[in-house]
Amino acid sequence: MLEIKDLHVSVGGKEVLKGLNLSIGAGEVHAIMGPNGSGKSTLSYALSGREGYTVTSGNITYEGQNLLEMETDERACEGIFLAFQYPVEIPGVNSSYFLKAAVNAKRRYRGEPEMDAMEFIKLVKEKMRTVGMKQELLSRCVNEGFSGGEKKRNEIFQMAVLEPRLAILDETDSGLDIDALRVIAGGVNQLRSKERSMIVVTHYQRLLDYIQPDHVHVLADGTIIKSGSKKLAVELEEKGYGWLDKSA
Amino acid sequence: MNNTTKHYCSEHATMKDQLPGARLGWLNMSRKAALATFEKEGFPDPRIEDWKYTSVRPIEKHLFKLAQKTDHPINATTINTLLCGDMACHLMVFVDGRYSPDLSDPRNSSGQVTIKDLHTALVEDTDVLEANLGKIADASKNGFAALNMALMNDGAYIKIADNASLELPIHLMFLSSGKEGVTNQTRILIVAGAGSQARIIESYQSVVTGSVYFNNITTEIKAEANTDIEHYKLQQESNKAFHIATSQVAQAEDSTFTSFSISMGAQIARNDINIRMGNEGAACNLYGLYITDGRQHCDFHTSIDHAEPHCNSNESYKGILGGHSRAVFNGQVYIHPGAQKSAARQENNNLLLSKSAEIDTKPQLEIHADDVTASHGATVGQLDENMIFYLRSRGIDYSSAHALLVYGFAHDFIEKITIEPLKNHLEDALVDCIPNVGQLSEFLRKHL
Repeated sequence: MLEIKDLHVSVGGKEVLKGLNLSIGAGEVHAIMGPNGSGKSTLSYALSGREGYTVTSGNITYEGQNLLEMETDERACEGIFLAFQYPVEIPGVNSSYFLKAAVNAKRRYRGEPEMDAMEFIKLVKEKMRTVGMKQELLSRCVNEGFSGGEKKRNEIFQMAVLEPRLAILDETDSGLDIDALRVIAGGVNQLRSKERSMIVVTHYQRLLDYIQPDHVHVLADGTIIKSGSKKLAVELEEKGYGWLDKSA
Repeated sequence: MNNTTKHYCSEHATMKDQLPGARLGWLNMSRKAALATFEKEGFPDPRIEDWKYTSVRPIEKHLFKLAQKTDHPINATTINTLLCGDMACHLMVFVDGRYSPDLSDPRNSSGQVTIKDLHTALVEDTDVLEANLGKIADASKNGFAALNMALMNDGAYIKIADNASLELPIHLMFLSSGKEGVTNQTRILIVAGAGSQARIIESYQSVVTGSVYFNNITTEIKAEANTDIEHYKLQQESNKAFHIATSQVAQAEDSTFTSFSISMGAQIARNDINIRMGNEGAACNLYGLYITDGRQHCDFHTSIDHAEPHCNSNESYKGILGGHSRAVFNGQVYIHPGAQKSAARQENNNLLLSKSAEIDTKPQLEIHADDVTASHGATVGQLDENMIFYLRSRGIDYSSAHALLVYGFAHDFIEKITIEPLKNHLEDALVDCIPNVGQLSEFLRKHL
């Protein structure tokens, strides 16, 4: 469902991704691991079409379409979802308005009728239970005054509501204590399905104890230098990234 | 004396016998003194610090005639379509500067409040007017204040009875019918008796866009002990009109005064809001929202005097600027010697939606007491790219994301409004006038 070929991405004139290849099938969960500065977040942003992340060569095919021709919001409407490492606070914009706008943007894009208030509330309540989110948060402004854990949970909640085909979790584990991590991983696991692929970007193996990947890739200096099963993650945890630098 | 100054002096000479209170000696003396000040000062010059960023030359180029009672096309149906026109309230309507009794419904019968036009009040309530009119605001402060004192040709007098708590807001509605070339020298006097509570709206709206006229307004407010007064001022003049207004407030002990200013219209709008907390335990809140586009110019000057101990002031102004527009915020807080335990907070945040828009912001704290807490700050920025990306990553298109963020910026101001119909009307008006965001209206209707 996703095919990345020889992807080169520059940020601020500096090449960060240097010929990355990755192939992801429907329903697969791929973990991308790597040291700081290896290009993990750049990959997440490039997949979302963020401005300033310039694809200089290579291509990305998503569901048979050229992803690079699409704007950020089109990609989202096509089913790509990015769970942010640092979710953004948006003062003055109510969470519930925001989410309803997002749901209906996607429906309009697909030519489906927009959801009315009743349907929306029903959907939201059901998804809140899935990820164990407090309803009170929905009446607040987007992420404003949320704790670190609440913000991350809100990302997973949005993912549950928007039902993406491809979810990119960008360091979802960062800043979480073990209990919060367990709850959020539980939410993610409930959202695993045969139709939904996931890219789990993480620095530590810890998250992968809870979200078990089908494949693990190691990203270093802008390319994938090693791929393997989930055993690779355990190996990394024992030996550190230095071991790969030497072997590579 | 230049041509413009001469013109207004001759307007006074021609009209003086028809002005309200023309037979009152004390008032004629005040008018004469003010006229002398105006003759000397003329309109403020940009060389004066207070007017450094606001040139009033475009106003000076016109020779506006003092508004007289004439026929106009405005009827009750027109009023209903205007901002808060259909709201239950104590209503006074002024068309082209002159009071329209047949469009008004002051609801004076309750005995809790007296609402009269300036002509009537100067006949029937002479003593209260003599004690207060021109005593709260200083007519010698600048040329506009002097001109208003000399030429005041209509306006309103509101007296809220001691301990009265008004359920309905008072709405003073000033409408322009599209009549060109007139000036309204409006004077409003509000006396809130001890322990009273009221919400008062002053609105300035035009039913025609593009008409050129000049509103020069002075509002004097006396808030006695333990009052709780909310004052709303809405400015939605024609985009070619000139709007100069001063609100002068004198607060007694334990009174709370809250000001909401919304400025959206006019070619040049200047608002001076001056608060004097003259006794212990007074508190004031000043909130403002200005939205400018095209070549509009909007200037807010606020001044808060903490004259005695234990007074609080809290100020927050927000600006949304598009096109080639320009805005000025100058907020002064003055804590007098001995005004211990004062608390002052001041904030001015601006959103620039275009590269050609400009804001000059200057928060000023002057503190002459040592046991006070005071803070101030100003921000100027564009829409946050992180926020836009976040919204777009959820499927919301660029222009809707843009609109939602502009709306979000103004939202906390609107949330503070306690008059529900005004809040709703304002949300609609805001949606209509946010620069560069034509789609916002449709977007919000669909989603909110």
